[in-house]
Amino acid sequence: MALDTVKHAQENPDAVQPYKELGLKDDEYESIKEILGRRPTSSELAMYSVMWSEHCSYKSSKIHLKQFGEKAVKSEALLVGIGENAGVVDVGQGYAVTFKIESHNHPSYIEPYQGAATGVGGIVRDILTMGARPIAIMDPLRFGDPENPDTRRVLPGIVSGIGGYGNCLGLPNIGGEVVFDDTYQGNPLVNALCVGVMKHADIKLATAHGVGNLVVLFGAKTGGDGIGGVSVLASETFSDSSSKKPTKRPAVQVGDPFAEKVLIECSLEIFAEDLVVGIQDLGGAGLSCATSELASAGSGGMDIRLETVPLRDPSLSPEEILMSESQERMCAIVEPSKLKRFMQICRKWDVTATVIGEVTTGTRLNITFNGELIVDVPPRTVAHDGPVYNRPISVPKYLDTLKPVDVPLPSTGVEIKAAILKLMSAPNMADKTWVTNQYDRYVQGNTVLSQPEDSGVIRIDTQTNLGVAISTDANARWSYLNPYEGAKLALLESCRNIATNGAKPLAVTNCLNFGSPEDPEVMWQFSETVRGLADACLELGLPVTGGNVSFYNQTGSVAILPTPVIGVLGVVEDVTKRTPMGIKPGQEIYVIGNVDDNFSGSEWAHIHGKQIGDRSPVADLDMEKRLVLMLLEGQPIFEAAHDISNGGFAASISEMVLRTNVGATITLEGNVAAELLAETPGRVVIAINESNTNAIVTLAGKYQIPVKNVGVTGGDSLTINDGALSIDELRGAHTGVLEALFG
Amino acid sequence: MAIIVVEVMLKPEILDPQGQAVASALPRLGFTFAKSVRQGKRFEIEVDGEPTEAQIAEVEKAAHTLLSNPVIENFLVRVEK
Repeated sequence: MALDTVKHAQENPDAVQPYKELGLKDDEYESIKEILGRRPTSSELAMYSVMWSEHCSYKSSKIHLKQFGEKAVKSEALLVGIGENAGVVDVGQGYAVTFKIESHNHPSYIEPYQGAATGVGGIVRDILTMGARPIAIMDPLRFGDPENPDTRRVLPGIVSGIGGYGNCLGLPNIGGEVVFDDTYQGNPLVNALCVGVMKHADIKLATAHGVGNLVVLFGAKTGGDGIGGVSVLASETFSDSSSKKPTKRPAVQVGDPFAEKVLIECSLEIFAEDLVVGIQDLGGAGLSCATSELASAGSGGMDIRLETVPLRDPSLSPEEILMSESQERMCAIVEPSKLKRFMQICRKWDVTATVIGEVTTGTRLNITFNGELIVDVPPRTVAHDGPVYNRPISVPKYLDTLKPVDVPLPSTGVEIKAAILKLMSAPNMADKTWVTNQYDRYVQGNTVLSQPEDSGVIRIDTQTNLGVAISTDANARWSYLNPYEGAKLALLESCRNIATNGAKPLAVTNCLNFGSPEDPEVMWQFSETVRGLADACLELGLPVTGGNVSFYNQTGSVAILPTPVIGVLGVVEDVTKRTPMGIKPGQEIYVIGNVDDNFSGSEWAHIHGKQIGDRSPVADLDMEKRLVLMLLEGQPIFEAAHDISNGGFAASISEMVLRTNVGATITLEGNVAAELLAETPGRVVIAINESNTNAIVTLAGKYQIPVKNVGVTGGDSLTINDGALSIDELRGAHTGVLEALFG
Repeated sequence: MAIIVVEVMLKPEILDPQGQAVASALPRLGFTFAKSVRQGKRFEIEVDGEPTEAQIAEVEKAAHTLLSNPVIENFLVRVEK
């Protein structure tokens, strides 16, 4: 095919273009024509189609997401907010921390190993791009029925892809989730979080300023990876629509973690010598995204010579070079006087670096291929001014057909014992060591806490022991029952998790996984979720620093449960004083917070015929705020602490017992089944020494939160009322479950 | 006795980090002939007697489901005597 130049497009205005196959709607194609005053060239069409895809443009979600800005409180900790590659927060002592969570759901379903691996690679580059050294990763995962053969295909591949990539990078994987629910069959969720640390002065932004500055592409060569991945994979269908070439281009990207490791070190050395004006990583939409975003965030003008891009596959057409999602690439804006040193550093690390263009005076992004002009666009129209849809919403009909939970309520010792064994051996509650053992959790030597603790805690200064804690949480079943409350509750749980370990919540990131935005009922779930999260963040005074929306997670007309995964980051002033979950003999066990008898959305209901119930708990923001303060103030007297969430008190106390092999004798009164198995939010189990009995009562009084003594630690069994369970028996039920299914 | 050989290679468009690592190691050791290197794997499956067409078809099926990852790899089945 002849090169479709701007001139050619002007001369052949009526040429038929495959915009529909590229995922553009009729009116979107028309508005491109309007912007340009002519039909787009095929290269321009490629750029607009990927950049205007749901994945890149947030066209269905933008109108809702702006609440995060509008409702935000002024946070002094926030150094860089939404809009950049990742938000940055001040954690004190001159340190800034950046963190973000993203989804890689669709690619991981198609090719589990590489999909998950490149998901890790992508989020790590986002963090690196801010100028930070990546220090840890986390992966909240969701899968379909554990008994389904497809889950056996998808889960081991995803877990080993995350491990393979993250371990090669030398990054500890400090937490996450593994959750099973039938709605994720065919739509596994692979969310990847990365956290990085830097000094305040080292923050880098994605911007192209300064006429005459050079655009440098560095890292891996460009190949035919994931062409159309963004628009096709994250769009309505999995069918290959990038049929511009007879050869079938793969929509799968393959990651090379060793290349990424070198790229990280090379970039950090370049940052340390202050050699870049702006920087952007190449992820979804590749060069189309990097060039248009850099230009759009700068003065606007940029010239790119596309034939200078180093290629792995010389047969790539200009359109494909623009759309390629080859991994491990970065794009920097460099002053000419600093280029020599920049190139020296790249050579030292054996990283290919090429000047592919420069910043110009104009306001247009011009791309030439062997001297022929093939792209001439205002970059803002590509990168930021994409279409915005206010999609119809309607309250889902399923809400009218919800049924109350009908589950057995254990009361005798024998029933309690059986309930705990049944609960702790369910795949959602079972020991996740088979997964986390495939991840390196301690590399770099700064991991303070990791799975199965409530949050991951990582030390960032070895002298002062300053650290950060991160937790990710979602309760999709509550979100299904009430997405507004569900989002609030996920945020609160995440805050509670890090406060339980002794960290003060500071900032929020989110990965919102939903079905099709074209389904008004899904869109209602989404809008309620965003409203709930924004309201709760406002009330708690926490800024949302960034995140990601993943739509089209559905098979046919069945959408996944609405799954807002909320990550909260907090500061631990001294990591040596953090509170772990393991108990020691001779301690008093207390439960903080009140329980009610609502089993909706609980694991106990799920393991009884996959019931979901009829009403979500209602978030008590005021109480939870006090609870966080109470947990932080109580750190000096807490010997151990563990949040009560999935599986209720039964799960929390079992996990504490198993963590250190120390038994406990517990007496539950009142509604025993609810005390044991209900998942009422805002509760924490703590262990203290007897000498602090008065202190805990005083503390509870100060924050007006009920506490009650429920028992003592010691012995080699978990005894609840008159049901005694040896630690060995409990461990036997809890471990080996995932091995048997997937090992 | 014959051997059915299955050769599995990454599809040409797919990045091959191992092959690239070999390609960059070669010149360091003084071998300058390689423009590029791609690395794959080879299975040798021993069968009794002359393999039948049905057997080869079975092997192809196995190659598709177990020996290769058809999303990112191609394979070739042939008989070696």
